[in-house]
Amino acid sequence: MVAQKITIEPVTRIEGHAKVTIHLDEKGDVSRAYLHVNEFRGFEKFCEGRLAFEMPNITPRICGICPVSHHLASAKACDELYGCPPPRPAALLRELMHMGQVTQSHGMHFFELAGPDLLLGFDADPATRNVVGLIGANPELALKAVNLRKFGQEIIATLGGRRVHPNYAIPGGVNKALTAAERDHILAGVDEAISTVKVGLQIMKDWATSHQEDVDKFAVFPTGYFGLVTPENGLELYDGKIRLIDRDGKQLECFEPRNYLDHIAEHVENWSYLKFPYYKKLGYPDGVYRVGPLGRLNISDKIDTPQAHAELKLWKQINNGKPVENTLYYHYARLIENLFAVEKVAVLLHDPDILSTDILNTRRDFKGVGVGVVEAPRGTLIHHYWAKENGQLEKVNLIVSTGHNNWAMSNSVDSVAKTYISGHEVTEGLLNRVEAAIRAHDPCLSCSTHAVGQMPLELELLEADGSPFRIIRRD
Amino acid sequence: MTKPKIASDWMAGCAGCHMSLLDIDERIVTIAQVADLRSTPITDLKQPDESGVDVGILEGGINNTANEEVAHTMRKRCKLLVALGDCAVFGGVPAMRNFFTIEESLRRAYIETESTDESGQIPNDPELAVPTRVRAVSEVVPVDINVPGCPPDADTIFYVLAELANGRIPELKDDKLSWY
Repeated sequence: MVAQKITIEPVTRIEGHAKVTIHLDEKGDVSRAYLHVNEFRGFEKFCEGRLAFEMPNITPRICGICPVSHHLASAKACDELYGCPPPRPAALLRELMHMGQVTQSHGMHFFELAGPDLLLGFDADPATRNVVGLIGANPELALKAVNLRKFGQEIIATLGGRRVHPNYAIPGGVNKALTAAERDHILAGVDEAISTVKVGLQIMKDWATSHQEDVDKFAVFPTGYFGLVTPENGLELYDGKIRLIDRDGKQLECFEPRNYLDHIAEHVENWSYLKFPYYKKLGYPDGVYRVGPLGRLNISDKIDTPQAHAELKLWKQINNGKPVENTLYYHYARLIENLFAVEKVAVLLHDPDILSTDILNTRRDFKGVGVGVVEAPRGTLIHHYWAKENGQLEKVNLIVSTGHNNWAMSNSVDSVAKTYISGHEVTEGLLNRVEAAIRAHDPCLSCSTHAVGQMPLELELLEADGSPFRIIRRD
Repeated sequence: MTKPKIASDWMAGCAGCHMSLLDIDERIVTIAQVADLRSTPITDLKQPDESGVDVGILEGGINNTANEEVAHTMRKRCKLLVALGDCAVFGGVPAMRNFFTIEESLRRAYIETESTDESGQIPNDPELAVPTRVRAVSEVVPVDINVPGCPPDADTIFYVLAELANGRIPELKDDKLSWY
């Protein structure tokens, strides 16, 4: 038998465009599998020459699933660049919008994108293994999921005028105060949102129990973990220091986000438009780390809201206090974060400053350089701008959440392919597991390929000389 | 009557138009009742049916060779092609890249950026699509219905889908046009 190659294109139920190639040796075993992120857009170049204050409106177009993350990271970079730190009420309102986004993004990912694998099965009919299939199988749950996403999206729309690509944060603050009626309207939805997240958590826990074997063999590997924390090493999504721990949980660094270039760099591989960030002191690939829900819970010792904290304590028991390495537990971690986000909405709305009209700092002390960092739903998002004195941008550098997970996603694809695929009896369900390895990370390839985003799935078997042998396509 | 088949895909965009589609919230149940959702980025069929679909929806402009293929395949397999959102209709924000050469953009992203290390190189593996000038969908294949907006709002998308599902061509004017 000759060496062959399997191509999965497009990868579905993820954001953006990618393909997977799986290279098989003469025995039909997997020798190496690659995740190719297949699009390049070029924001870092074409934003040159724009005025910095336009960036909070341009950069959300990097991603329509987490536009708020770009909107806020950009506004924070502009706060620094123009030298106008926002007043506390403005920071609270931005964080509130961010919690709305985390809720809609995490909720949608669990129930509508990844959920069909868990609720309908990896091997379910691909024609119905989707949110419409879910509506058919469990309409009550599907409606709860829709309403959870709606709750998050409505917070964004209440503050920023619309659900996707809101117009809200500006250098120095935000452009609108919150009214008491708006606050009460959002608060009225909190209990239902919490109850839906808890339904999701129970589904996840039950699924993990009944699929423990999968959980324990599905892309389990050590890395570092990276993300923002509160001053007490608690879970933080909007503003804080960046903490990096090693595979055993030992702290390697805890630094101000504006100093990111001292600590991380990006490696480039010829076969992907998505770069590979790593911790400089350890080099590439020894210094790779994971971000997003799994990374954040691993670097966090606590969560400042009671229900999510109780869940974190249970989660920490999975690996006896050591970092949790199982890729499928991304889903579990995501739901705990979702619980935190909804609880945090209530905390923010009860803050005495939340209705304040002191929402914009109009005094400026122009610096010309600014770094803005937030924890987007998928991980740490970094915007870095350099501007001339008239505010016109000279250079832009972006490191986007999914990028940090590039090595981990690629390794998961390789690991799952090697675990589940052998010989030439390759079924659609097995290939779907390879996709699920990517899906667990909830990648946002449009984001990651700001610079770069497309994940399409077709299976192409090639002879050793590269000529096509067989194509399996899902259509 | 058999339900009309709808397929969609995204190209050089941000997924925001598909998110706005999901923003029809519980009305997704109505759409699932009146139409048959085939290949989309949020379902698991990978390509529009070879036997054809009634409506094809494309989000995003066309900025590389893979997108060209997606557009041609969709056009070939659908009766009515909808360009959804400003990127598909006009090129949108990603078309700002056309003010630079592709080489300049690639060099910035993969070699010059401050965080890129000495491994910096422009990816050119044969598995990867090749970037091109950024174009609206109609510059590559004929489009039947243009739905502008960044993104078009959920009510507009619901109106368009409901009209198409009922065999009518949606009329886009007044409040159905989002220019912001």
